[in-house]
Amino acid sequence: MQLIDKNLIAKKRNGRLMTNKILKWLFFLCTLVGLAVLISLIVDTLIDAVGYLDLHFLTSMGSSRIEEAGFYGAIIGSLWLMLVTVPVAIFLSVATALYLEEYAPENRVTEFIKINISNLAGVPSVVFGLLGLAIFVRAMAMGNSVLAAGLTLALMILPVIVVSSQEAIRSVPSTVREASIGMGATKWQTVSRIILPAAIPGIITGIILAISRAIGETAPLVVIGVPTTLLVTPNGFLDSFQAMPMQIYSWVKMPQEEYQYLAAAGIIVLLVILLLMNSAAIFIRNKFSTRY
Amino acid sequence: MANIKERNEIKKTVDTATLEDKTQGETKPEIIREPIFKTNNFNLWYGDNHALQDINLTFNKNEISAIIGPSGCGKSTFVKSLNRMVELVPIVRTEGEILYRDQDIFERKFTVEELRTKVGMVFQKPNPFPKSIYDNVAYGPRVHGIRKKQILDEIVEKSLRDAAIWDEVKDRLNENAIGLSGGQQQRICIARALATEPDVILMDEPTSALDPISTTKVEDLMQELKKNYSIVVVTHNMQQAARVSDTTAFFYQGYVVEHDDTKVIFENPRDQRTEDYVSGRFG
Repeated sequence: MQLIDKNLIAKKRNGRLMTNKILKWLFFLCTLVGLAVLISLIVDTLIDAVGYLDLHFLTSMGSSRIEEAGFYGAIIGSLWLMLVTVPVAIFLSVATALYLEEYAPENRVTEFIKINISNLAGVPSVVFGLLGLAIFVRAMAMGNSVLAAGLTLALMILPVIVVSSQEAIRSVPSTVREASIGMGATKWQTVSRIILPAAIPGIITGIILAISRAIGETAPLVVIGVPTTLLVTPNGFLDSFQAMPMQIYSWVKMPQEEYQYLAAAGIIVLLVILLLMNSAAIFIRNKFSTRY
Repeated sequence: MANIKERNEIKKTVDTATLEDKTQGETKPEIIREPIFKTNNFNLWYGDNHALQDINLTFNKNEISAIIGPSGCGKSTFVKSLNRMVELVPIVRTEGEILYRDQDIFERKFTVEELRTKVGMVFQKPNPFPKSIYDNVAYGPRVHGIRKKQILDEIVEKSLRDAAIWDEVKDRLNENAIGLSGGQQQRICIARALATEPDVILMDEPTSALDPISTTKVEDLMQELKKNYSIVVVTHNMQQAARVSDTTAFFYQGYVVEHDDTKVIFENPRDQRTEDYVSGRFG
């Protein structure tokens, strides 16, 4: 007895194949939309920036005269900022992820913490700015220094790195974990020799995303009160500083048209620095990549 | 032939007196059987599930002790209890004693790290680290603090030779172990377990992921290894238990139905269920 009507199958075949083809092109078009927006954005900014993007722009401090204004102070300031944010964020978040995944007992408290760290990743950056203002700037009297802003940004990107590090740690097969522990290795030896090396590519992916977010973030810096124009670069972590997104923001606000071009030049510099940092991270990631 | 448990008890009363042991009415002279692992009313629960019930077993030095039984009977759980790997499952609770060389492994002063150094383990699926063959085998010694290159070199060579894979890999010790075949990987894992010079090697279905040729190699290797080590092996494969082991314990639904010399278990079992299982009527 035949349960399947062969004629029906033949009749439906063309429809199935058509749906398949249409969806393929639909998905391609969607990809194209994102790509087109990105390209037009970059091209538009480049056209605006091209007259202003020169050595003078990169090596001069900010100025009230448009033709003399440069981005140097902002670049150096942002690099100082990352010098605080990146190490603090990486250390705190990788340690947190390791504790939650490897050491913490599996109970409701741990589960509660895990869920809330994911929620923390969705908190708006302004809120972190307010937190930084209350704790670092005011209570700990750091003022609007590199340290205060750096710690604030570190807290902001912490959950992002924690979550991606947790995923990376969890993806290390339990069989190799057992192999190490089964030989009398301690937890820390297993973590440092087996788990971390295998998890590093995933952890670095999270770090890349987080740093990209931190370096371009404006809102928390506005709340903390980072100045838009300074005539000196910081000499220490407790000095005041400028930052690239703040400088761009203040230029964009200006009524004169020339400032828009300066802002465009600033955006290009920011993008290039971001790209360089990401390439470095990807290079490190590929060096550590292992397969199972 | 006398039941092993009884024999061990007899032996215990006469301590290590060799001669007396030989006069227990044995038909042929035998090497003394010195117990290495002994469990006293060992019970284990996964949450509410009573997975192991009143296990009383004795495994001897320089013997291969096989554990057989249908899936879910607790044989893997039991063998993982011997080096306390079972405690990686958070809801596990145990009761009773497991004596390793007369020392309770659950005693506070006996750390799991020390126990697992002495009681090594080979797992069901080959699980080499994504490192070079050399680094895989040198992992254990390094973890225990051996740093000298010269000593490590010697350990790696000896372990690979003992695991019968030296000739296959000696020219590519720096290659990633993940690139080897399954059978080779498993022998690397055995070499890795040997490198820490354990006293006992636990094997949890070591050949279940291997092809017949690799299986034969691992079985031959086990025969070779028992001269220097004591082996407890869990197996699904009854022919394997019959081929390689000295004693066999048959687990069923969390308790030991029968434990005796392998010959007795396979040729003249006392329990009907054992007979049914080894003759393939259920399981």
